[in-house]
Amino acid sequence: MLAIDGSFLDFKQLDLLALRQTAVHRLDPRAKVLTTLCFIVCVVSFDKYQISALLPFLIYPVTLIAVGDLPPGYILRKMLFVLPFALLVGLFNPIFDRQVILQIGPLDIWGGWVSCLSILLRAILTASAAIILVAITGFPAICEALEKLKMPQAFAVQLLFLYRYIFVLTDEGVRTARARQLRTFGRRGLDLRHFSSLVGHLLLRTWERAERIHMAMLARGFSGEVHSTHKQSHFGKPELIFTVCWVALFILLRLYNAPQLLGSLFTGSMQ
Amino acid sequence: MSHHIVETRHLKHIYPDGTIALKDVSFRIEHGESVGIIGANGAGKSTLLLHLNGYLTATSGEIIIGDDPLTKQNLAVIRRTVGMVFQDPDDQLFMPTVFDDVAFGPINLGLSRAEIETRVSEALSRVEAGALRDKPPYHLSCGEKKRVAIATVLSMLPEILVLDEPTNGLDPYARRLLIALLKGFHHTRIVTSHDLDMIFELCERTIVLHEGEVMADGPTLEIFRDNALLDTCRLEKPLAMQGCPVCSPEHRPLPKKPPLVEPHSRKPHQHNH
Repeated sequence: MLAIDGSFLDFKQLDLLALRQTAVHRLDPRAKVLTTLCFIVCVVSFDKYQISALLPFLIYPVTLIAVGDLPPGYILRKMLFVLPFALLVGLFNPIFDRQVILQIGPLDIWGGWVSCLSILLRAILTASAAIILVAITGFPAICEALEKLKMPQAFAVQLLFLYRYIFVLTDEGVRTARARQLRTFGRRGLDLRHFSSLVGHLLLRTWERAERIHMAMLARGFSGEVHSTHKQSHFGKPELIFTVCWVALFILLRLYNAPQLLGSLFTGSMQ
Repeated sequence: MSHHIVETRHLKHIYPDGTIALKDVSFRIEHGESVGIIGANGAGKSTLLLHLNGYLTATSGEIIIGDDPLTKQNLAVIRRTVGMVFQDPDDQLFMPTVFDDVAFGPINLGLSRAEIETRVSEALSRVEAGALRDKPPYHLSCGEKKRVAIATVLSMLPEILVLDEPTNGLDPYARRLLIALLKGFHHTRIVTSHDLDMIFELCERTIVLHEGEVMADGPTLEIFRDNALLDTCRLEKPLAMQGCPVCSPEHRPLPKKPPLVEPHSRKPHQHNH
């Protein structure tokens, strides 16, 4: 429980990173959201055995970490938090997919291993892109950008509230779990009956809190719309250049397998 | 200036589950008064507060803010007049940054951008939280959250401030700061709390609620001198009015009560496993 506690609290670091003032931080959030979206679509649209063509996509996170002055170690640690889930998804591929698609000397490589590796690589790419987006934009600004890009306001507000209260909720969850743990005297595991009651209580408490928040909103004249007061940002030339250049690169890398081209160039010239 | 008056007449509230929270509550609070509302747990304090800005509707009786009785029609005006600070600041601070939170009320009032900016700056400097304006609320300490929560209400320029347990969960120093801050306000103030020392210091008048009824209403000092009243309402003198337990000979010891749990006997435990 402590590990989850720590990693959630660590999200606060992302907010602090978003306050920095570098060239990419200053860009209009819409440019960054669109580019990241494009990046993710390109990465996930490869076929399942693809590895080599995915590698050049690393340039996007690496460049942004460098230009955005982000601590690489921190981003890496955040990604490690996501990787186990990706591993779970790809875990069974080597068992079910035993078609040999590659032979290195005496070693047969099953398709399952390749696709598992591909899943991991995609997870690393997409997760890092998302984490970097939050670190160079800030979550509230992303919500605002999504709203400007015509996402319904209800969703944007929902996301904002999720981000605001995830800390409060995890705090409550951790405290409840701790209270339970202190009275179980070393008996391992959490049986279903206790677990459901624990989660049920958490739900009820969240419900009550939601009611109190609504009360606080009404008390300050809330009438169904949340307006934000962020600085008016402008989608200008730098944003256009940023978006167009990156998207063009992603499309090129998606259409042409760069490492393969490079390889054939070398082998071609050597013949 | 009659806007600052709060009056309730025979207020009664029964919750849907049949609990009678308020039986018959009547009082009139005049302009600029600072009034403490005290009572045991379940005496009806929170229910009463939720009526004052129209969140709960009375089963019977009426509430008058300023000159007009509270109705569905003038709810918006009433909510601007009565600034409500909730007990848990996490409920009150729901926007991404302190600035957004303090600006939430003024924006809903439809003010201009420049006006919003000045209102927010004024409210934040009033509670000495100007430096926090760009921080997200979950980066604040409890004392800071409480002060910002008050600023979110001040920015709407309310005439009446209603505070639910303002000193709850604060360390002694933050509590001191908050009391000094509240003392400086000119608003009509209604404060509920179990922190009787704070009530003693902050409010010249106190209303004692007991099982949904007003048991006493008068000058704070008189109320806290009435031992019989305090005993029936499950209250106690503020520590400031009690004798020092170390050096005062007339110090009244607490009545001896039998312990809730039988003390263990000297014999070692007999375990049956």
